[in-house]
Amino acid sequence: MSAAPQPKADTPLLEVSGLTRILPAVVPVTLVKDVTFTVGESEFVAITGPSGSGKSSLLYLLGLLDRPTKGEVRIGGSPTHDLSSAEMAHLRLEKLGFVFQFHFLLPEFTALDNVLIPMQRLGKLSRKAQEEHARGLLADLGLEAFLHRRPEQLSGGQRQRVAVARALANSPDLILADEPTGSLDSAATEQVFESLQKIVERQGTTVIAVTHDLELAARMARRIHLVDGMVDFDRRS
Amino acid sequence: MILLLRIAATHVRNRLRQTVVSTLGVALGVGFSVAMASLMEGSQRDFMATLIEAIPHVEILDEQRAPRDQPASLKYDAVVFHGLRPKEDLRGIRNPTEALASLRDWVGGMLAPRLSGQAVLRYSGQDIGLTLIGVVPRRELAVSKIGEDMRLGSFNDLDTTSNGLVIGDKAASRLGADLGDTVTLTSANGVAKRFKIVGLFHTGITTSDEGLAYAPLKAVQILLEKPDIINSISIHLNRIKDANEVAARAERQLGYKAVSWEEANEGLMEAFFVRNVIMYTVVGAILVVAGFGIYNIVSTIVHEKAKDIAILKSLGFPEGDIQRIFVLEGLVIGVLGAIAGSCLGFALSSYLATVKFELTTDVEMTRLPIHFSVYHYVIACLLALFSSAIAGLLPARKAARLNPVDIIRGAT
Repeated sequence: MSAAPQPKADTPLLEVSGLTRILPAVVPVTLVKDVTFTVGESEFVAITGPSGSGKSSLLYLLGLLDRPTKGEVRIGGSPTHDLSSAEMAHLRLEKLGFVFQFHFLLPEFTALDNVLIPMQRLGKLSRKAQEEHARGLLADLGLEAFLHRRPEQLSGGQRQRVAVARALANSPDLILADEPTGSLDSAATEQVFESLQKIVERQGTTVIAVTHDLELAARMARRIHLVDGMVDFDRRS
Repeated sequence: MILLLRIAATHVRNRLRQTVVSTLGVALGVGFSVAMASLMEGSQRDFMATLIEAIPHVEILDEQRAPRDQPASLKYDAVVFHGLRPKEDLRGIRNPTEALASLRDWVGGMLAPRLSGQAVLRYSGQDIGLTLIGVVPRRELAVSKIGEDMRLGSFNDLDTTSNGLVIGDKAASRLGADLGDTVTLTSANGVAKRFKIVGLFHTGITTSDEGLAYAPLKAVQILLEKPDIINSISIHLNRIKDANEVAARAERQLGYKAVSWEEANEGLMEAFFVRNVIMYTVVGAILVVAGFGIYNIVSTIVHEKAKDIAILKSLGFPEGDIQRIFVLEGLVIGVLGAIAGSCLGFALSSYLATVKFELTTDVEMTRLPIHFSVYHYVIACLLALFSSAIAGLLPARKAARLNPVDIIRGAT
């Protein structure tokens, strides 16, 4: 295991210590084993590894979608293991953004609505401000002409960029992307990757992306490689 | 909540055909229950109105509710009396003038004294037994609807004809007697007196039309040999709701048994209660069946929308929100069904109110009695919404418990 890089700030954005996830079964399956690292602000981190190495499982644990069997995830210095499911949901809404391999947009709603929904649920901004923010996000990702289109009326790359805009809706500290380009062609992959890169560079948002695309991973500032659920290496490029 | 409602409405709208079928199920349930309740309450009210008009609201009888305590039983615990009767059992309300005057002081309504007894009516060699009621005509007209039931002659003629008699049209028909004929009435004691028929009535109730006769109170007191005695006081109240209270106070004041119309028809009230319970049980059953339709559609949506549930959870929607979305979906269908059902119920009730019947039996009914009440709509709609909420809640709980990781893994 490589030494973890030092975070930029005193308190790292994300601290993972001894994280283990074992699926209870007749023969228990270890998905993630004793993973420890920290991630600071404005980092662009790739999580790589072969199939079944626990990349996505680790991402779900970081995103508070799953609870670890052992170990701890701290976000902004605060522990998360003793939070109720409702508190975890609120933390996800406010601090985290997700981008999945498949766009996972709500099919009955337009691109604009899909971006507005997390904002409406959080309710921090006025209606007008929400709409302006959503339009701005979509415009930044080159989707100003597709605001009122439903996901089925968009291309794969456009859908995924809408998903990125949705992940940014509540201005989260951390975006977790699970194979965000896994289902896209090379042109669309480039568009989405650039979008994520812009987010890190311009907004200072940290992005952790699971990917099996080593070329793409090499373009990210840091790479954590998993093998059999454990960190094989953790290094900056 | 507006956001959740919007998501719920979108889900429901996108399954238009299933939604319409489920909504129709609720609408039919609400519509028929409203129509049924309107008809049932209409018939109940119609019957009650007829009954209340036909009988006194309170009747004071010449009997005690419980035998009076005897001096020996008051003094000794071991003494018990059974079947105790006075040597001469002269029944009747004594000093009726004083009793009526004391009641008039506080009773809000009209009072009428009566003396009833059995008599045999004879005309041209034929006899029929009947109940003879001695009345003060103008007072009797104030407490009963006999005046409205007069077919020939006038009830007021009893005032001007000292031996006047008003009998039912069926009794007259059986005897072959008619208005103006003179008949003979014989009491149980064998006292006979001639009366002149001054009026014929038709109530529609065969037992009354064949077996009741009215005559002036004085004439009946002479015939029954009960001078200055009456055996009941009928009270027609201005406020019918006071009947029980008035009966209780009158009983305390006079010492005679006073029966309100509700007590007199206790069995009937119970029958109506049971009938209403049965009706609302049937209505509830209809709406439960409609609830299964809602359960079906919401379950289908939960199944189809598993991915959306995972998305919403990953976005930060808590389990409570997910549950509320699907309960709202059930309620959206319930509300649509309740609105459509209320319209249907009103249309059905309005149509039923126009249906005419030509019955030849004694109890005449020309159209179905429908009672329009907002409570019927409120009860049916609340039952429908309750059924919808429960139908939505069951799949909603399942939806809320879905693990987003399992769904995301399954989809990728």
